[in-house]
Amino acid sequence: MRITQGCFSFLPDLTDDQIRTQVQYCIDKGFAVNIEFTDDPHPRNTFWDMWDLPMFDIKDAAAVMLELTACRKAHAGRRYIRISGFDASPGWESVRISFLVDRPTEEPGFRLNRREGPGRALRYTTESYAADRPEGQRY
Amino acid sequence: MEGSEIAMDVPAAAPETIDLRRELTETHAQEVLEELDRELVGLAPVKTRIKQIAALLAVDRVRLRLGLASETPALHMSFTGNPGTGKTTVALKMAAILHKLGYVRKGHLVSVTRDDLVGQYIGHTAPKTKEILKKAMGGVLFIDEAYYLYRQENERDYGQEAIEILLQAMENQRDDLVVIVAGYASRMDQFFQSNPGFRSRIAHHIDFPDYTDAELMAIAAGMMAARNYRFSAAGKDAFESYIAARRQQPHFANARSIRNALDRARLRHANRHFEQAGPVSRDDLMTIDAPDVLASHVFDLDQADGRPD
Repeated sequence: MRITQGCFSFLPDLTDDQIRTQVQYCIDKGFAVNIEFTDDPHPRNTFWDMWDLPMFDIKDAAAVMLELTACRKAHAGRRYIRISGFDASPGWESVRISFLVDRPTEEPGFRLNRREGPGRALRYTTESYAADRPEGQRY
Repeated sequence: MEGSEIAMDVPAAAPETIDLRRELTETHAQEVLEELDRELVGLAPVKTRIKQIAALLAVDRVRLRLGLASETPALHMSFTGNPGTGKTTVALKMAAILHKLGYVRKGHLVSVTRDDLVGQYIGHTAPKTKEILKKAMGGVLFIDEAYYLYRQENERDYGQEAIEILLQAMENQRDDLVVIVAGYASRMDQFFQSNPGFRSRIAHHIDFPDYTDAELMAIAAGMMAARNYRFSAAGKDAFESYIAARRQQPHFANARSIRNALDRARLRHANRHFEQAGPVSRDDLMTIDAPDVLASHVFDLDQADGRPD
């Protein structure tokens, strides 16, 4: 099951040139760009690992692409990788844009759990099949 | 119809002749070149080389448009010359020229020295150098006094690590980054000798000559004009003799010495008017006179050793 998360996720995967253009847009807007990765695909998982440092004071997307290449070298095919742009202009850091740039080769998808509640109530929750295995061995 | 389709396949079928001068004007690189000519006194060999580089880049742009093979030239440079000969100023202009010609995408200049690149403990250098490289991407990285990166006497010095990362970036990120190293001629030669990889990756070695007395005088006049000062006739003569005398003394730093001398002349000028009784005119406040210059230690032959300026 192809996971859709963040911007552009209903489009085909972005090519490197498209990623570069998006990143350059973020930089021109004054956002701090960073690269994050995770192997827990749950939509409510907000704690992704950060690759390298957040990139402040960068003028050109080439620098981000360089780090993305390095991150892919380490994690491609086994982790989700996303790029986020943080805008600090309101006085606090807020995510303005966030999109996936790499995903595991195989995405097993989610299981739907039904739990009986009091009366005839049903509680639903989803769980990734990948998350059955321990962290680091999921993909 | 059919004829034109066939012509499309041949890249050279575009306009027959191209005005290269217009190419240079259209990119506004001409403006920067003219500004360089106007604002920088002397430095003839430097200006010639920069014009050559600008011409090459302009021709390459046209060739690219006509579908001719054009490989991005390696534009890493080394600026060597004595203190105060304008290396940093030219580097700044260089960034603007390369940007106008579309060779670097952003045209900013990141100016660093050894301590921005080299870390203090093991494993600190690589991230630090990479951070700087990332900042400089799309622009020009200017490494001042680059020879400090390499410390011959200490083989465990972390500078070597920074050099290796730089060399790798200079080779692989040639499209993203232009590196300019600068320093005093003799020490740069030594640096290149111990790092042959550096020398071969730098295409342009530009030597900045010392200024002549007349050029220094022109620089002084320019600095004065920029601050709304001027020399009186006697002041001008005094400053000319000042330049001649200052040159003979140790630690002479070309334009930088001139700037310092002017600053001190302004100091004495202000003091002179302050101690004088009576009102001063607008003209007085603008004119640097002979006594302001002649009070300098430089004319004091007894003290010509330890305390210059």
